[in-house]
Amino acid sequence: MKRSRSRSQPVLLTTLLLAVLLAACVGGDESSSSSGGTEASTVTTRATRLSGTLNASGATFPQAFYEEVIAGYKEAEPEVTINYSGGGSGKGRQEMQDMVVDFAGSDGLVKPEDVAKFKGGEFLYVPTITAPITVSYNLGDVEDLKLDAPTTAKIFQREIKQWDDAAVKALNPGLKLPATPITVVRRADGSGTTENFTRYLAAAAPGVWKLAPGSTVEWPADTQGGNGNTGVAQAVKSAAGAIGYVDLSDAQAGGLKFAALKNKAGKFVKATVGGATAALEGVTPNADLSYNPLDAAGEKAYPITAPTWILVYKNQTDRAKADTIRSFLTYLLEDGQKVAPEIGYAPLPASFRDKALAQLDNIVLP
Amino acid sequence: MTTASSFRPAKPARADRAFRAVTLVSGLTVLVVLVLIVVSTTREAMPAFREEGLGFLTSDRWAPNVDAFGALPFIYGTLTISAIALLIAVPVSIGIALFLSEVAPRWLRRPVSYAVDLLAAVPSVVFGLWGLLVLAPALTGVYGSISRATDGVPVVGTLFGPPVNGKSYFTAGIVLAMMISPIITSLVREVFDTVPRAQKEAALALGATRWEMIRQAVFPHSRAGMVGAVMLGLGRAMGETIAAALVIGSSPQITARLFGAGDAMAAVIANQFGEAGGTHRSALIGLGVVLFGVTVLVNVAAQTVVRRLSAVESGR
Repeated sequence: MKRSRSRSQPVLLTTLLLAVLLAACVGGDESSSSSGGTEASTVTTRATRLSGTLNASGATFPQAFYEEVIAGYKEAEPEVTINYSGGGSGKGRQEMQDMVVDFAGSDGLVKPEDVAKFKGGEFLYVPTITAPITVSYNLGDVEDLKLDAPTTAKIFQREIKQWDDAAVKALNPGLKLPATPITVVRRADGSGTTENFTRYLAAAAPGVWKLAPGSTVEWPADTQGGNGNTGVAQAVKSAAGAIGYVDLSDAQAGGLKFAALKNKAGKFVKATVGGATAALEGVTPNADLSYNPLDAAGEKAYPITAPTWILVYKNQTDRAKADTIRSFLTYLLEDGQKVAPEIGYAPLPASFRDKALAQLDNIVLP
Repeated sequence: MTTASSFRPAKPARADRAFRAVTLVSGLTVLVVLVLIVVSTTREAMPAFREEGLGFLTSDRWAPNVDAFGALPFIYGTLTISAIALLIAVPVSIGIALFLSEVAPRWLRRPVSYAVDLLAAVPSVVFGLWGLLVLAPALTGVYGSISRATDGVPVVGTLFGPPVNGKSYFTAGIVLAMMISPIITSLVREVFDTVPRAQKEAALALGATRWEMIRQAVFPHSRAGMVGAVMLGLGRAMGETIAAALVIGSSPQITARLFGAGDAMAAVIANQFGEAGGTHRSALIGLGVVLFGVTVLVNVAAQTVVRRLSAVESGR
């Protein structure tokens, strides 16, 4: 009797486990959104039609923009399917390194010691877009908050814990700041946004900002974590007195207010698409088109402007694929730039764009 | 090996051998897969293990941006939230199971057990989002009151001390408890159903109240099964990833303050893997290896307990 009971149990366990696994699979399935343009028969006049599939992964920061561009490109080239699966810059770089994807998005540069590990040899940086990272806050009806880098650094390090702190008051003489405690919201997951935000603080508030910058930071334990830009935006929105760094498109989508930041020229600039483009105008890119737009010079430059790139291998092995990659990136840098401001991203200034287009000519076709 | 000889009327023997072969292959596949997982993850994690040495297990500092990789806060977090989850889920699950098998009217049993089984199939991300959007904001105030009420009381005052955070060990524990109680409930109910009717009726006939009957006839008979069910729940709690990642607060620290933010092994892997490269990446895979090890330890412990209990039972 007892025997048979203990025997039948594993079967039950297995069934249950299977059910749970199945449920987990169903839950974890993320289908990448690809919108189909069916009315594309109007553009069939081209002599050579491109076809095939490109797979890409990487940075989630520009993902909304890439998806928009991919949808637009689908109308121009209906036979081409491009999957940009996101996952994070680190994942993109790793999959690029292992040649699992055809191109990758990354908010950061490849570390010098990793360059040799790329299986496909030399690769190129193609700057695609830029966008401001806002310092969003939730403080009743307080509008037009002004912050500078040292004060922001102290807030995020939990050295300033009240909204009516003298340092915040000094920057905002016209505002009535409540005695609300500050809740700091930061990313719970590793993120290029965190990396750019902390690198900005390290560059613009040297000596004040003490935490080492990076995609994962040793935040004080009494800060709140949020998953993804949307998670931080949601957390800021739901807690009175909260402050957090969120990219512009998610801050706008969440209806958040964000602070004007003091830039290098001493001017307070609000996070806007124009401010980000202005920041790039004050920057000269390096020969490989890597550049650092953080804390850029220029009166109108928004100081926390984040770069992002697409990585492609210089020496392509598949002619059709190489043609498609070039065609897609050209589209992204030409027509694609026009949709950017509508969704919270800043187009590259003309000088940058020309250099990026010239970079595409460096792709060697087989 | 599987080629059956034809000089005997060997149909049953051949079927037997084929069956043996099939089951052997299945059994070995599990082992081989297991070994391969351990080998490949360990190999991937080697750079981190080599760099940190034993410090990987004993250091409490996790700072990937300065190449410090100590897994202790995550081991602590995983064990803490699993313990909270069990403390909540086990009494509740056994209660539900007893209700279903001993107390509830017959017509109610079936629908309620179906509902419980359905709960077990809800994807963990749903529990996680519910915890993040509903539970955590609602609990922040509750935690604050508890924290103030217990201020100054030894031990309890520390456990429930400030700072309080909606996303914390305790919230993660509650969400995990919600996730594992359906599993424990349905297993325990099955076990209770196997208690011989005669024994229960005998207890009642001797004048036992319903509770005495449960204590003296149902529990002794089911102890091993109950432990097994609890251990299965524990396994799920320790391995739970996304729900924990959403509500635990993602602060790698070791603190006795249960209302504070923490982190757990599976959760940090999910949170940081996307942006990880180099040693950071292998350290995260290393956490997977450690989690595997901890799970195996817990399972072995559970099996030992079950075996011992069974021995005691059959010795009676």
